[in-house]
Amino acid sequence: MTILLIVIGALAVFVIAAYNSLVSAKNQVDNSWRQIDVQLKRRHDLIPNLVEAVKGYMNFERDTLTQVVEARSRAVSAPDQASRMAAENQITAGMGKLLAVMENYPQLKSDQSVMQLQEELTTTENQIAFSRQAYNDAVLSLNTRTEKFPGNIIATNFGFKGAEYFKAAPEDQAVPKVDLGLTPRA
Amino acid sequence: MPAGSDFRALERQNRRDTVVLVGAFIIVFLLIGAAFDFFAGTLRFQQGHLYGAPIFMGLALIFALVQSTVSYFGGAPLILRSVHGQPLTPDTPKHQMVLNVIQEMAVAARLPVPKAYFIPDSAPNAFATGRNPEHSVICVTQGLIDNMDREELQGVIGHEMSHIADYDIRTMMMVAVLVGGIAMLSDFMIRASFFSSMDRDSDRRDNGIAAIVMIVLAVLAPMLSQLIAMAVSREREYLADASAVEFTRNPRALLRALQRIAETESPLKEGVRGTAHLFIVNPLAANADDEGGFFANLFSTHPPLRKRIERLQAMLGAPTAATPASDRA
Repeated sequence: MTILLIVIGALAVFVIAAYNSLVSAKNQVDNSWRQIDVQLKRRHDLIPNLVEAVKGYMNFERDTLTQVVEARSRAVSAPDQASRMAAENQITAGMGKLLAVMENYPQLKSDQSVMQLQEELTTTENQIAFSRQAYNDAVLSLNTRTEKFPGNIIATNFGFKGAEYFKAAPEDQAVPKVDLGLTPRA
Repeated sequence: MPAGSDFRALERQNRRDTVVLVGAFIIVFLLIGAAFDFFAGTLRFQQGHLYGAPIFMGLALIFALVQSTVSYFGGAPLILRSVHGQPLTPDTPKHQMVLNVIQEMAVAARLPVPKAYFIPDSAPNAFATGRNPEHSVICVTQGLIDNMDREELQGVIGHEMSHIADYDIRTMMMVAVLVGGIAMLSDFMIRASFFSSMDRDSDRRDNGIAAIVMIVLAVLAPMLSQLIAMAVSREREYLADASAVEFTRNPRALLRALQRIAETESPLKEGVRGTAHLFIVNPLAANADDEGGFFANLFSTHPPLRKRIERLQAMLGAPTAATPASDRA
């Protein structure tokens, strides 16, 4: 009888511990997603400003700009997370290109407000890249917990599901090099 | 890459180091207090018995405890004041950029965003301080802001962020403020022994020994504390360089920053003797790339810049080490 009680007690402690660690892993994922989300939203808000800033330059990467704007509206109206991530990745790719190309437009570079916009876009891109890694690390930890034995039993019984990685677009494996030489070199 | 566990191990070590440091600090003060007691005659040693009350030891203990507490909670503002640091505001595009880079590196290191300060000095340098990541400060010189491009700034800030992540900032802050305290007290003691030697009585012969002990302590204390400060900081610089590469995912960033600093030969102008070990490169050296043989290295707070640059170049040569976890998923 005592032995049975001890076994049941130990089992209960184990289930509670496993459950709690799943909860914190899941919260970690949600929290890091919110971090990315803030940056992605900020980028959405900046895109119209960018369009406005380069309006006067007829031949300024028309195609890329259009792609970015379209990807933005796809991302905003995305039905699920996977398609939103795909759209955001397209924005990332286009943004990297646009920021690099801006270098070739001396008129753009002489405009103080364009320079400020460029810096804001650059820091947003960097923060998206860095927080994406934080998110993926959190997803890795959650998924490992939900898949490994015996955590997988607890996960199935309490309805914990693994989360989806925020994969980088193929052309975006490396962090886009967006340093446009903002520093005037002496 | 088990970066998280590395940082936690370093954090534990730093917590221990801080306790040892504060303990040693209190003991040094008790010894100094005892020397004072014997010298002033409040504590006497006659026929194998101790007489009197250790008044100065008590005062030294109270002083050491107060000093440690004040250092722990108010060390960062004290240090910032001594180097003439000012809050960094987005008043110019470059300042805005520095604030952005600090925020980016905080995201990369998964830490709260540190407060930003700057020193209006043309020598390129930077340091971080505070008692924990929640109360941390990053301070850069105007020279750093002016001379670095965005990528190089990321490298420098990444280096500082790693000092924050592994609690180096806590240990280093305590070293800075407590070492300052010891230096102050030993200065005071040298002056006190000078004046009291003028009216010394001949019947205080045993106390002459105590006086010698006291003077030795007064000379040794600042040297000892200086040695501690140096020993604890050199290893940390290599570690922080490596972590900066991990945060920025770009070994070139810090490499180029250090190379640029090596080109400039400007020591910081004021108020850095007690805080030299906090900075990313030695702010006292006329040339940051100074190398002066074994003895000079023993007393240096920083490894030679050339060696740090070599190590970073080695990382560039080995791409497996240079592309950490970024594409793991």
